[in-house]
Amino acid sequence: MTALSALLIRDLRLAVRVGGGALIGVLFFLIVVTLVPFAIGPDLALLARIGPAILWLGALLASLLALDRLLAMDQEDGSLDLILTARVPLELAVAAKALAHWLTTGLPLIIAAPLLGLLLNLDPKATAAVALTLLAGTPALTFTGLIGAALTVALRRGGLLLVILVLPLTVPVLIFGVAASNAAIVGPVPFGTPFSILCALTLISLVIGPLAAAIALRQGLD
Amino acid sequence: MSLIELANPSRFLALTGRALPWLSAATVLAFAFGISQIYFAPDDYQQGATVKIMFIHVPAAWLGVFAWVLMSVAALGTLVWRHPLADVAAKAAAPIGAAFTLMCLVTGSLWGRPMWGTYWVWDARLTSVLVLFLMYLGVIALWRTIDDPAQAARAAAVLTLVGAINIPIIKFSVDWWNTLHQPASVLRLGGSTIHPAILEPLIVMAVAFTLLFLTLHLAAMRNEIMRRRVRTLMMLQAGARIRP
Repeated sequence: MTALSALLIRDLRLAVRVGGGALIGVLFFLIVVTLVPFAIGPDLALLARIGPAILWLGALLASLLALDRLLAMDQEDGSLDLILTARVPLELAVAAKALAHWLTTGLPLIIAAPLLGLLLNLDPKATAAVALTLLAGTPALTFTGLIGAALTVALRRGGLLLVILVLPLTVPVLIFGVAASNAAIVGPVPFGTPFSILCALTLISLVIGPLAAAIALRQGLD
Repeated sequence: MSLIELANPSRFLALTGRALPWLSAATVLAFAFGISQIYFAPDDYQQGATVKIMFIHVPAAWLGVFAWVLMSVAALGTLVWRHPLADVAAKAAAPIGAAFTLMCLVTGSLWGRPMWGTYWVWDARLTSVLVLFLMYLGVIALWRTIDDPAQAARAAAVLTLVGAINIPIIKFSVDWWNTLHQPASVLRLGGSTIHPAILEPLIVMAVAFTLLFLTLHLAAMRNEIMRRRVRTLMMLQAGARIRP
């Protein structure tokens, strides 16, 4: 347990001290959301209607952008090999890394979402719904992305491939995230139905993500 | 003949070399029979002649899904049993499966234009088949990005197994969500809802498409084995040139 918490604290420190990864994700999120009114015009009623979808898309793209930092830096300096040969189960070690990654890249997006909701003319209730669904859904994005990161970690130009591999797997999370937000705002489906499916998706990815990533890393070893 | 005995690539090549001409002939015969049956099949009272697109659309969809199931079994073969032909089977199946899935999407939208009034709707089944097609492209991209075939096989196997979650979603999407795409009508509890005059040619075409898939898949597996042999020979030659 101490090894896992040491790994978690190390990754959090690295993320905070080395080159502002979290803030870059939030900045990207802000820019994506800013670009949308330029593209579709400053129609406030329309923005309020599609606002949850825009926030979800922006958060999805921003969390994908950061994914290649999840394992690549450890691969470069060799600490990934140490983690692979350590006595801690690899599944738990990569889960700890993914948790640290979510705390430093996913959580800032959720904190930024209400502010960006103001730009999109969302009322407080809608903003709360989007923030809540993001809180439930972004761990699924990180832990699904963990699989892609593990598959492409040894490749020199894996960044774009990583996005192509991961995006189709994130479709259900996007569908139920936006569906739950819209259910809270306009109905007619009760908020609980899509929201529980979203939570279920997150729980499934919490199990499958570290398992598949550990298999991929071990297979890539020899 | 067990799976273990087939693991020897030379034996596999010899066996499939003998089987392939017969399989190809059976494919041609099945298609000739199926197409003649389609020609004489009655038009639907509402859909007219466009119902005949279904004879291509439905088998293509089945095989698009079947190819991923086959790749998942092969992925287990790669990861669990380290069967030497499993990764060859998985690699050969990916482009063929992608082609059948694309055929399913294209024929579906050609049928949708006169029937639903649009080439595309964001319906649950259409969307999940489109995601399946994108995942096929992702797996092919992964195969092509990693140079070492054994390493590429294991990476693609992990991705295939994770992507296999989509398969039940495709199968049951029309039952779970009330969508524009019609619910399951051939394989369902309580028997088929399709009239025998349409159902019989459909089954013949399904058999023909499956034969076509098997023929293409075995031929592609043979090509892949030979490609690997050429690769090994070339590496040996290059090695001999460096150290004479």
